[in-house]
Amino acid sequence: MIETGEILQTMRMIQEENFDIRTITLGINLLDCSDQNPQRCAQRVYDKICDKARNLVRTGEEIETEFGIPIVHKRISVTPVSLICQGDPKPIAKALNKAAEDVGVNFLGGYSALMHKGSTLADERLLASIPEVLSETELLCASVNVASTRSGINMNAVREMGEIIRETAMLTAESDGLGCAKLVVFANAVEDNPFMAGAFCGIGEPECAINVGVSGPGVVKVALESVRGQPFDVLAETIKRTAFKITRVGQLVAREASQRLKIPFGIVDLSLAPTPARGDSVAHILTEMGLEMAGAPGTTAALALLNDAVKKGGVMASNHVGGLSGAFIPVSEDIGMIEATAAGALTLEKLEAMTCVCSVGLDMIAIPGDTSAATISGIIADEAAIGVINQKTTAVRVIPAIGKKAGDRVEFGGLLGFAPVMPVNTMNNDAFIARGGRIPAPLHSLRN
Amino acid sequence: MYFYVQGEFGMTKALISVTGLDATGIIACVAGKLSEMNINILDISQTILGGYFTMLMVVDLDGAGMSFEEIDQHLQPVRDRLKMTIHMQRMDIFDAMHRI
Repeated sequence: MIETGEILQTMRMIQEENFDIRTITLGINLLDCSDQNPQRCAQRVYDKICDKARNLVRTGEEIETEFGIPIVHKRISVTPVSLICQGDPKPIAKALNKAAEDVGVNFLGGYSALMHKGSTLADERLLASIPEVLSETELLCASVNVASTRSGINMNAVREMGEIIRETAMLTAESDGLGCAKLVVFANAVEDNPFMAGAFCGIGEPECAINVGVSGPGVVKVALESVRGQPFDVLAETIKRTAFKITRVGQLVAREASQRLKIPFGIVDLSLAPTPARGDSVAHILTEMGLEMAGAPGTTAALALLNDAVKKGGVMASNHVGGLSGAFIPVSEDIGMIEATAAGALTLEKLEAMTCVCSVGLDMIAIPGDTSAATISGIIADEAAIGVINQKTTAVRVIPAIGKKAGDRVEFGGLLGFAPVMPVNTMNNDAFIARGGRIPAPLHSLRN
Repeated sequence: MYFYVQGEFGMTKALISVTGLDATGIIACVAGKLSEMNINILDISQTILGGYFTMLMVVDLDGAGMSFEEIDQHLQPVRDRLKMTIHMQRMDIFDAMHRI
């Protein structure tokens, strides 16, 4: 029996509190598309994606209509391209983008390389092609894993990524460096993440899998309004209850999509993913807890509580939880984070601390256009160190805003939002980054 | 007021919510259309909140022999005539969210 009040609560969550399913992401294995001839490989990739994903968007829309829950994005993640390309990866990039356009998805992720321990020839070729590929394609997302708790930090890859991010920003300067919004550098990347820009279909994944990412920071914020002034125990409990409800809908959508597409269900990712819309902000959950703005002393503790409670509530609601699962803290995609940055309440250093307890890392942060490649590499190395030592996923998605300085504004549009350019510590680190090599894996990597 | 979700095996249940300014004959009009499509009404609750008519109906769609989308399209003339918001969604979402 469902009570009228419960029905109205669900309807209010969807209509007024911006509750939605952020994405149904179809993971597709492309290992069998590899070919010595890049053109032939590209054709196989295109054909396979179009075959496997032909009903994805239509099915997503049907579920959306029938259940009355918005499914904002339909996406595809594929096997890291460096694993299938035996020559020039650019034809594959074009084929991926074309396939994404033709099946009608919003993004396709997997123009990726896993080089946490070292690089292959294919990894190097893929890395070199990233700036050009991201400037010439619209829907393709790239990611590079440069570190893991098991293998340490590949500092050669870290150095290269600093340069590649700068180059990508230069090539897409006209669109405020949009190419860099589609490029993420990971430590401990996960294989079943449905969120962009870092989604790829890991090598341990099945032939195809449906992974669903939920959202709903607005719902959590509204729920917390009813427990103002109450102790943290009550706060945590309220978040857990809300996360449970949100995730149950994610599970329902995943099950439905899996049944209709006849593709196995992979995971539900419990992440609270914000958008630039008012009422859809993770930062505003933190302010609801009693902070004037995100960045105020106490922010890291607030985020830690939120991240943990979301997992505890969500994990009971789905039979397989995975992906990144936690609270995202992107800057340009969250109106509360944008406001805090503009007011000077939130700095890059505070964000770095927050990434120790959030689900991922430094995300969608616009930095001054004259930031050196070595400085960007330093930011990546710091973030990777946090991930490696704490056995969590961390990432860097920074956007050098070419021709702009701290305080100027960049605009990406849509879910990617807009942001004030954030100042960066400019102390020289060239000699540190120039060393190269590999930072050894920490002692606790030896767990056997 | 309670709505039963668990029905007979295979039953496709949906919630139809009707909201808007109160007028005469709203229930008759909606129920008439449902009957025309052979859609059985399982449960119904109706109230006036601040001059706004709010009705929640649980229905079984299986009798209609039409797709969800087609049924929804058939409700369009009712929306136009009554000038009310009529929203139909599968009952499963409420069950998923509020029941373990």
